[in-house]
Amino acid sequence: MRLRLAGLRSVLAGPFDIEVPAGGCVAITGPSGSGKSLLLRMVADLDPHEGEALLDGIACSAMPAPEWRGRVAYVAAETGWWADDVAAHFTDLAAARALADEMGLKAELLDGPLLRLSTGERQRVALMRTLLNHPSVLLLDEPTGALDETATARVEAVLARTMAAGTAILLVTHNPAQAARMAARRYVMDAGKLQRA
Amino acid sequence: MTPILLQPRDIAVAALLIVLDGALSVALRFGIHRQLFIAAARMVVQLVLIGFVLRAVFALASPWATAGVILLMMAVAAREVAARPERQLQRFGNHVVGAIAVSFATGLACILALTTALRPSPWYDPRYAIPLAGIVLGSVLNSASLALDSLLGGVVRERGAIEARLALGATIGQATAPLVRSSIRRGLLPIINQMSAAGLVTLPGIMTGQVLAGLDPLEAAKYQILLMFLLSGGSGLAAVAVVFLAIRRLTDDRQRLRLDRLRDT
Repeated sequence: MRLRLAGLRSVLAGPFDIEVPAGGCVAITGPSGSGKSLLLRMVADLDPHEGEALLDGIACSAMPAPEWRGRVAYVAAETGWWADDVAAHFTDLAAARALADEMGLKAELLDGPLLRLSTGERQRVALMRTLLNHPSVLLLDEPTGALDETATARVEAVLARTMAAGTAILLVTHNPAQAARMAARRYVMDAGKLQRA
Repeated sequence: MTPILLQPRDIAVAALLIVLDGALSVALRFGIHRQLFIAAARMVVQLVLIGFVLRAVFALASPWATAGVILLMMAVAAREVAARPERQLQRFGNHVVGAIAVSFATGLACILALTTALRPSPWYDPRYAIPLAGIVLGSVLNSASLALDSLLGGVVRERGAIEARLALGATIGQATAPLVRSSIRRGLLPIINQMSAAGLVTLPGIMTGQVLAGLDPLEAAKYQILLMFLLSGGSGLAAVAVVFLAIRRLTDDRQRLRLDRLRDT
């Protein structure tokens, strides 16, 4: 199993026991504040937690935290930026340009200031940043929350290709249609507990 | 040259300027005459009191009394460093961080000066140790509180950026480096300003005092340079210490950003 959660919990949410196979997607829906983001943050080891997450059988606690987060990559719903220029957030600009095109973004956006990007564009650029890191697992928090239908379809196509290459996806979404399109297995989160949907 | 000794009458004449300010405040309704007079009265009482205390401590010439006075001064400075930032670390973290940074930086700067440049005998002679600690503390307090305020405010504002880098596999050191650098920079700005402007924009207080007290201007300048190095060096150390100690408390062994360790405001 690519990603396995074994009794992962905090005082606010859990315990969670989920498995996501390589190339598979598990979707979680549920009301705001029910603990979906908390779950993703615990899996990424960004929040303190009990229990364990395992990548290809290797426990998170057995791995240096930066290495874990590089391979089990969390993409937050609210994007974060550490420089004024978009390009400063990428190491391989050529690869970024190619991916931007697939995401339906104009390549010249990458050469400009961050301020010129809309919320939807930022969301896609942030996802690109993570995809170019080639993680084994993607933890996506509302990856198309700010996008229209066309852009959403583009992003889902890129994600489908990433899954075909073996990446596992744990997807949090408000959009039940998206959950149905992308995930073979779906859960509903309510008050910090998961139910099979 | 003997200093010109001041009589109470001389000081009363200078106080007329404050009275004039107060009169202007009443006449033009600035509404700050009350605060002005209270502050002036406080200043007089505090300085006269400290004059008596220092006279007593100098007369005692006991290392314990000297150490006691300096520790008290450090405690007050540490409290100021802790109280200044809007954000506070849990469990008196600001106080702990402030106390360690202030005492370490001030102690190092003062002991260095007392055992090398000044060399009074004994080296802990209160006549040298206490005023030296005081002036270094004033500057250290300023730098440390600015650096700490900048860090604690910035870490909340920059949370998204820091966690975005962590989520991409950066170490906590890489993710917080820009914030750490800008906070230390913020703490160092006042001393850089002070050194650049010294002698051109303002004649520094120590030098003014010594010239007024009859010392040769060049000798006074040498003292001022020594003190500038001490208090700037001490302030730099304090800013660095306060930032690294605080960021340590805001992170954990799994390289997470732990904003839950900030007290709710």
